[in-house]
Amino acid sequence: MIPAPFQYVRPTTVEEALQAIADGGEDVKVLAGGQSLIPVMRLRLAAPETVVDLGRVAGLRGVRDDGDAIVIGAMTTHSDVLSDPLIAEHAPLVAEATATVADRQVRHRGTFGGALVHADPAGDLPAVALALDAEFVIAGQSGRRTVPAAEFFVDYLTTAVEEGELLVEVRVPKLTGSWGMRYEKFNRVAQAWSIVAVAAVVRRENGRIAEARVGLTNMGPTPLRARQVEEALAGAEATPEAVAAAAQRAAEGTEPSSDLNAQADYRQHLATVLTRRAVTAAAGL
Amino acid sequence: MTAVEDRPGVPSDDAAAPEIGRARRRKEDARLITGMTTWTDNMVLPGMLHLAVVRSPVAHARITNVDVSAVREAPGVIAVYTGQDLAEEQGSLPCAWPVTPDMVNPGHPSIAVDQVNHVGEAVAVIVARSKAAAQDAVELADIDYEPLPVVLDMEEAVQDGADLVHDHLESNTSYHFVFDAGEMGTGSDTDQAFADADVVVSRRFVQQRLIPAFMEPRSVVVQPQGDNYTMWSATQIPHILRVMAAMVTGIPEHKLRVVAPDVGGGFGGKLQVNPEEILCLLIARRLGKPVKWTETRSESLMTAHHGRDQIQYVDVAADREGNVKGLRVRLLADMGAYLRLITPGVPALGAFMYPGIYKFPAYRFECDGVFTNKVPTDAYRGAGRPEATFAVERIMDELAVELGMDPLELRRKNWINAEEFPFTTVAGLAYDSGDYETATQEALQLLGYDELRAEQQRRRESGDPVQLGIGFSTFTEMCGLAPSRVLGSLSFGAGGWEHAAIRMLPTGKVEVVTGSTPHGQGHETAWSQLVADSLGVPFEDVEVLHGDTAISSRGLDTYGSRSLVVGGSAVVKAADKVIAKARKIAAHLLEASEDDLEFAGGKFSVRGTPGTGLGIQEIALAIFAAHDYPEGIEPSIDAEATFDPENFSFPHGTHLCAMEVDTETGFVKIRKYACVDDVGTIVNPLIVEGQVHGGLAQGIAQALYEEAVYDDDGNLTTGTFVDYLVPAASDLPHFDTGNTVHAAPGNPIGAKGVGEAGCIASTPAVVNAALDAVRHLGVTDIRMPLTPERVWRALHDGGDGGERATARTNAQAVDSTDAPSTSGGAL
Ligand SMILES: Cc1cc2nc3c(=O)[nH]c(=O)nc-3n(C[C@H](O)[C@H](O)[C@H](O)COP(=O)(O)OP(=O)(O)OC[C@H]3O[C@@H](n4cnc5c(N)ncnc54)[C@H](O)[C@@H]3O)c2cc1C
Repeated sequence: MIPAPFQYVRPTTVEEALQAIADGGEDVKVLAGGQSLIPVMRLRLAAPETVVDLGRVAGLRGVRDDGDAIVIGAMTTHSDVLSDPLIAEHAPLVAEATATVADRQVRHRGTFGGALVHADPAGDLPAVALALDAEFVIAGQSGRRTVPAAEFFVDYLTTAVEEGELLVEVRVPKLTGSWGMRYEKFNRVAQAWSIVAVAAVVRRENGRIAEARVGLTNMGPTPLRARQVEEALAGAEATPEAVAAAAQRAAEGTEPSSDLNAQADYRQHLATVLTRRAVTAAAGL
Repeated sequence: MTAVEDRPGVPSDDAAAPEIGRARRRKEDARLITGMTTWTDNMVLPGMLHLAVVRSPVAHARITNVDVSAVREAPGVIAVYTGQDLAEEQGSLPCAWPVTPDMVNPGHPSIAVDQVNHVGEAVAVIVARSKAAAQDAVELADIDYEPLPVVLDMEEAVQDGADLVHDHLESNTSYHFVFDAGEMGTGSDTDQAFADADVVVSRRFVQQRLIPAFMEPRSVVVQPQGDNYTMWSATQIPHILRVMAAMVTGIPEHKLRVVAPDVGGGFGGKLQVNPEEILCLLIARRLGKPVKWTETRSESLMTAHHGRDQIQYVDVAADREGNVKGLRVRLLADMGAYLRLITPGVPALGAFMYPGIYKFPAYRFECDGVFTNKVPTDAYRGAGRPEATFAVERIMDELAVELGMDPLELRRKNWINAEEFPFTTVAGLAYDSGDYETATQEALQLLGYDELRAEQQRRRESGDPVQLGIGFSTFTEMCGLAPSRVLGSLSFGAGGWEHAAIRMLPTGKVEVVTGSTPHGQGHETAWSQLVADSLGVPFEDVEVLHGDTAISSRGLDTYGSRSLVVGGSAVVKAADKVIAKARKIAAHLLEASEDDLEFAGGKFSVRGTPGTGLGIQEIALAIFAAHDYPEGIEPSIDAEATFDPENFSFPHGTHLCAMEVDTETGFVKIRKYACVDDVGTIVNPLIVEGQVHGGLAQGIAQALYEEAVYDDDGNLTTGTFVDYLVPAASDLPHFDTGNTVHAAPGNPIGAKGVGEAGCIASTPAVVNAALDAVRHLGVTDIRMPLTPERVWRALHDGGDGGERATARTNAQAVDSTDAPSTSGGAL
């Protein structure tokens, strides 16, 4: 379990990091918490020429209040996320999902940005970012651009972050009104990846569901929004029956994978059950 | 799980209280847990070279060309050896258990010469100055393979005309082993019993393949010194390894010293003579330099031997009243590609335990050992007995359903009653002692059985999506692997005795040398307790030495719940000899007759004259000086003993599992687990409870989590811990444990063995519980492990849940170079 030889660079600013990536040769990998990158390197499934370690780029770590949004630095670790008061106040769903990520040791090293850029279909944070309509700030040598969550996750393990670019931070809009949230994760053992999971964000108004956003984890190569469910719920009565009926549509149009833990049809079934449970809880029913 | 502090019986301060029975914290734990000790991989020797093994990526192929020229040129590489290079000197890895006279053993090269028979088989070994350099060079080996048909499915492999694993053999069957109680005279005719029965229930159970998954990876260091060799290895069996390695390599036994330093777990997985141990010896001999090999976790999962992997066809016969009349078992046992140390013996060991605790009048067992293109199977915690216990405890539940009887009533009707011990079973074993009824009553209390049954009823009536079930396992096992004569009659290649020596140091401190080498069990603590009581010396004054054949010259190591029963008994016997020798000296120094001396609390005193006396620790100094001792005896009170019991010991217990099944998702959750075990005399309750907890975790893991899965090409799909799911503490319930104590009559301690109990007993209790929860919904079986998907499929489609999908079949094509085939998370 020894990685192939590589060059190692440890910049302290985003600019230095971008320069290091540009100078790094053919195959450059950015190292955040290393919880996904190091295992693939040790298994020799990846053998980058240069590794650019973001661990000393202080500006990428931490959470700040930016008026109508909170901004989470890419290098904020999972355990920082769990203890952050701004996240607890404005985006508790992020903390709830993060608490289900792996174990304590992994959460101390793994980062919010790393998990999103890695974009593992079984990862928990992409569907949450999608349900919260987060925005991704990406830096390149030619400047910064902002990409909405709906466009960020491109394919299996692939995001809008291009070669030579870095994810620097993620803007999560503050929600106004009476919102409830729930992350419903299904896995076989406590510290495992999701087989399927559902992130639900629901706004209630006068006994009705005014708006619902439902993100699906591991129901395809990228995280998905269960749009049919969202449409069925918009304006629906806040009753268990209405939620159950809407949740039946959770798997419509999905093409999940088949693997050791679940074949596709079982994943689709789980999506409907978990959606019902997540929305029911988020709606306070 | 209960914190240590909460438990009654933590070390008492009363120095006079006996050590046996005290919940001593283990004296070895601090160094083991903090790593302040020597693990094999820590060892660094001057000039040491590092090995990396090039392994076959294919399951079955002829090797048509091996080109290692680029490897030789790689930086840091000293040498590279192929199978051809070592063919003449490598011999065959040993198989010590030819279960039948006509068993077919194809031989097991340490490194493949012209054919590979499983993924991960060694095809070349690289020697380099650093581990990294050796590893980097692996990719440079260029080996051509001509694929052969891959044999994976046992039921297909035993058909006429099946593709062959070893094409020079006539079939894929290694042996056909039969035990027929009618023929052996221990039971009546089985066919007749079935012909006469009112009811016959037949089932096919699958014992999935498991991976021992010890914490410390295997590691070997070999140092040549002239024509002497020292091998350090993370092994359970330094003594057996020494004999076997000498026979394989031709290095004379007295020129080979084997050391197992502290070893981080084994569970049977290190009861082996590994290819890499032999390769290290051969290469150290060639190069005259110390070499080290330490496996990666991937290598460990892929190439260290696996366990279980049997298909069981079980028939039970009974009358309408529920009296069992006969038991018939047919097994297909997957050997994998080769026979390792006791590969063929594992199912044969189980053969005698299928009748369990029940009075079957008739019994027949047949087993075919079958070759497939997978890594060999061999011992794994329980070895044969978990499979047997599972089969009988599952079929008893099926019979109860068939008869419309309560599963506990059926068991009670057929089990051996307390007053019937010793009881000779239909398999010919003499069960020593026990009381199944009392253990069961206590377990029912611990579980809160009546309340849970009432809740189960409520949930059924209300159609709750979460259903509740209760499962039983009233088990016994055969422990204390010894009686050498019995092992001989089973064609096992060694005896089962154990050896101990006690050395009284001049300052009165005591060194105990044990032949039973621990790898995490706590021998140092328990043996110290035994000696403290026997010799009347303080617990702290005892040091236990083990694991080095130069220190512990005789021994047969640790497996089969034998250490305390056999090895501990040898220690007690040695202590008796020390006392006997010291008595002569005490009599001389006290100027009394030996017969007038009594020995208590570490002191000899003359009967009737309290206050006078001589401590054994003082005698140790006196005899070291040797200025004044009786004529005609040697000036030493050191002693050795070898203990060979006449029978196995038979721990038993009742395990109860209450299980919640979410019928919407198939998720199963243990609600409560209670067990009462009778392991005979308890030397250290803390160690016993630890062994039970660990065993339960592994038994539950077989029921719910673990399975080594191969894809159609013979690749191990569960090649990392992401996919081979070992549960953690967070996945296991609180365990309510208890004990009854019926001392084993066959050894001086009265211990029965506890290392495997939890692992053997728990698996059927868990599966029975899940089935009890959903049987009213039409489910009759679910294949292990009970993954949520299997449970859901059994609920929705019928059947036992079926095979698991092995490939990631994402809608989008995936570049296999960056997507390892993992099931959750590509890492
Ligand atoms: C045992 C284990 C269990 C796990 N279980 C879960 C789980 O249940 N749920 C879950 O969601 N995750 C799980 N994870 C993954 C965990 O969340 C990782 O931390 C995460 O996937 C990657 O984050 P990282 O900071 O470690 O990134 P790294 O491993 O350092 O990087 C991952 C990838 O992202 C790229 N990258 C990282 N940061 C940036 C950036 N700022 N800009 C551009 N590219 C970047 C890297 O180049 C690399 O390709 C688990 C991991 C382990 C080891």
